Amino acid sequence: MITNRKSAATLSVAVAALVATTAIAAARDQIRIVGSSTVYPFTTAVAEQFGKSGLGKTPVVESTGTGGGMKLFCAGVGVGHPDMTNASRAIKKGEFEDCQKNGVTDIVEIKVGIDGLVLAQSKGGTPLKLTLEQVFLALAEQVPGADGKLVANPHKNWSDIDKSLPNVKIEVLGPPPTSGTRDSFHELYMEVGAKKIAALKDMQKADAKGFEKLWKSLRKDGAFVEAGENDNVIVQKLEANKNAVGIFGYSFLEENASKLRGASINGVEPDYDTISGGKFPGARPLFFYVKKQHVGVIPGIAEFAAEYVSDKAMSKDGYLARKGLVALPKAEAEKVAAAVKAMKPLTAADVK
Amino acid sequence: MTDIAGTDGPAFRLDMTSDAAKRRIRKRYAAEARFKAYGLAALAVTTLFVAALVFDIIRNGIPAFTQHSLMMDVAVPADFVPADKRSNPVAIRSADYFPVTRDALKAAIPGIQSRQGERTLVRLLSSGAADELRDRLVADPGLIGKTVRVPLLLSDDADLYFKGSGTPIIKRNGVGTATPSGTTGEITILTSSNDFAAEVVAIKQAAKAKADTLAIEAARLATFGGQSLAPRIAEINAEIAELRARVDSPKVEEVLDGKLPSKLVEINGGLVKLTRLTDISVAGEVLLPLTSAAEAKPGNWRVVTYATPESNRKVSDLEIGYLERLREKGFVENRFNTRFFTAGDSREPELAGIRGALIGSLLTLAVTLVLCVPIGVLAAVYLEEFAAKNRLTDIIEVNINNLAAVPSIVFGLLGLAVFLNFFNFPRSAPLVGGLVLALLVLPTIIIAARAALKAVPPSIKEAALGVGASHQQAVFHHVLPLAMPGIMTGTIIGMAHALGETAPLLMIGMVAFIVDVPGALTDAATVLPVQIYLWSDLPEQAFKLKTAGAIMVLLGFLFLMNGAAIYLRKKFERRW
Repeated sequence: MITNRKSAATLSVAVAALVATTAIAAARDQIRIVGSSTVYPFTTAVAEQFGKSGLGKTPVVESTGTGGGMKLFCAGVGVGHPDMTNASRAIKKGEFEDCQKNGVTDIVEIKVGIDGLVLAQSKGGTPLKLTLEQVFLALAEQVPGADGKLVANPHKNWSDIDKSLPNVKIEVLGPPPTSGTRDSFHELYMEVGAKKIAALKDMQKADAKGFEKLWKSLRKDGAFVEAGENDNVIVQKLEANKNAVGIFGYSFLEENASKLRGASINGVEPDYDTISGGKFPGARPLFFYVKKQHVGVIPGIAEFAAEYVSDKAMSKDGYLARKGLVALPKAEAEKVAAAVKAMKPLTAADVK
Repeated sequence: MTDIAGTDGPAFRLDMTSDAAKRRIRKRYAAEARFKAYGLAALAVTTLFVAALVFDIIRNGIPAFTQHSLMMDVAVPADFVPADKRSNPVAIRSADYFPVTRDALKAAIPGIQSRQGERTLVRLLSSGAADELRDRLVADPGLIGKTVRVPLLLSDDADLYFKGSGTPIIKRNGVGTATPSGTTGEITILTSSNDFAAEVVAIKQAAKAKADTLAIEAARLATFGGQSLAPRIAEINAEIAELRARVDSPKVEEVLDGKLPSKLVEINGGLVKLTRLTDISVAGEVLLPLTSAAEAKPGNWRVVTYATPESNRKVSDLEIGYLERLREKGFVENRFNTRFFTAGDSREPELAGIRGALIGSLLTLAVTLVLCVPIGVLAAVYLEEFAAKNRLTDIIEVNINNLAAVPSIVFGLLGLAVFLNFFNFPRSAPLVGGLVLALLVLPTIIIAARAALKAVPPSIKEAALGVGASHQQAVFHHVLPLAMPGIMTGTIIGMAHALGETAPLLMIGMVAFIVDVPGALTDAATVLPVQIYLWSDLPEQAFKLKTAGAIMVLLGFLFLMNGAAIYLRKKFERRW
């Protein structure tokens, strides 16, 4: 009997605790950020600085991926929903409409910097000098054959594509389709590469959908390997296999400069200056989006955005550059800083 | 009748001595020996994998528990915090510590004038370098105006350098008498003997090797023929010609670049990084200033080689020069990294700790435990002892077993839908994490508790009923206490399972960067395995060590919990 009563008491305490906490979610004094795992290392650095400088409580930054972050961000307005989301690509039309539908009408887009999407290999391998066309021919599931018709990609070695490339097996490790990095790879490398191929010119005009499908499909015969979201895993695999090529953000190349070498694309080596100057073809802007309706409701949002775009953080000598973010060109950075001050929301016309 | 076969056919006799029988016996023994060998091999393979895994984790993880800092005498100026404000800890905390630590460091390596040199020097320190000094001053404001001996934390790259990710350093004494042309900036050094002949030969050999590989490449391309390759072949041939010319002409100055091992000269208390060299004279940039431009006798100066080329490592020659100088002067100390256990997460590897995640794990598990044990045990007691055996209870039983096999991410989705969206609980809270993990662990506990109850001999209950106890009394006074060791074992194993989960926590926002150590069930928090996952994905090399260190802590807890389960079982187990 006694034991029984004790258990019952514990149970009722637990239930009471549950009921009591239902009321807790009402107020929030801490900024909540979700989104891309590519932007996560930078946003967290800003969050830490923000907390250290006493501007407010250190924001909570979740790593959910660009798509997942957008979903959470657009789910509604109120303390239960995040205030900002990180994105390794611009917001999509569908996501924007979803936001509007749920009452998230005022979204401010802030470009924080540039990330170079690089192809890298171990320093032990033969250096690769590629063009975007060659990247497409190496990795697309279907490529134009001798008669101009599409055939399953026959290229086994890099030298099958172009004699001047090394005679080693094509083996590329990259991110899975859920990653924003993968989207960027398709757009920056595969699409541009496909557009340059003469045999595909007609198809691009006649069958736009088919053309898009073409550059959005990667080989499934083992030449392209999905290596997971964790870029460090790709780095480790490159160290082990000197013929393999990996796709990841420039910050990982910079951090592992002792072991890895970036492949030059269209004759441009991936380094800080070529990416910052817009010369390197595989450069992409990184964004974060602020829910303007939360400014003033959750304390510190405007200050956080200002810290992010401040010279101390975002400039070439800023602490984000030391974390691997490539700074925007000066003129553009000033424009972004002004936009943060004005907090001008996106309109449907701004979204592609 | 023919079915009594044995009567007229030859009688079947088991002959153990025939050859056939011996062969059969041998075959059986061989089969048994083979089976044992397979078992042993399987065991060996598993042990090997586990040993390799544990070895790798420990090898990577051990360095995470130590941290290099500079033990320095830091002069805190008297006007650092005005005397009337010294009683206010906030004033001491918010003072600017950067100039104080910078000056201490500059005093340790005097004579650096270039702005770049100064910046490089200051960046060797962590952004949290002054934390310990700050704590000391807050605790004892009387130290202001005095010189304080405190450790200044080094940055992650400097720390990694001392942990062995740097470069092998080779030193040899100079043979001739060396004469430097200056003490700072770009200088040349002449020697009376051909001290640098070996270096020049090495550079020429490297150039020759490169020319040879290029020649092979050109030959390969030439076999394809065709117009498109002609420019590339011409380009390669031009490069080969240039390299060969360098190799063949003995008196040309050789240029050292970042792709070759770095060569430096230690002379008159300074350090010069060589950029151009011939057999008897070298030119280079002064990294650490010389005390004088006097002649250095043989044996008083050294040629230093950093064997890893500069482009192949994280730390530059200048940084190595500074770090080695600091080490020679005895400032560098390797100390136990207490911060790893006392700090929350950070984006600076040397400042990051696991305390936030550890407390988050404890809070989450506490919620899980408080919910799981009473609900799980009562459900098990009811199902085992009181419930009628019918279709409904059968269905419930099957579903509890099914629930135990559901992928854990599903519980996360459920948590998102029910606790966050419906009950409006805060995101990232240990409370919600605990609730979700409770759902995950409940089936395990119910199944374990039922098995433990079933294992209590019926005679115990029957005896209790026989002396007049009610059914409830018999169960709670006699059966349940005897089943307790089994239930506890099941609970601890369930909790260990919950401790290692990350997937369900993603959905409810616990996969997050959280600096503050949580203090309540509704504060934002993360847990140990999530911390490991997040660290493993960051680009900084030093986080690799932190990841392994955190894995060691997590494994430690798992071993402890499983050990407790075994101990409890051994101690309280009763056999009948």
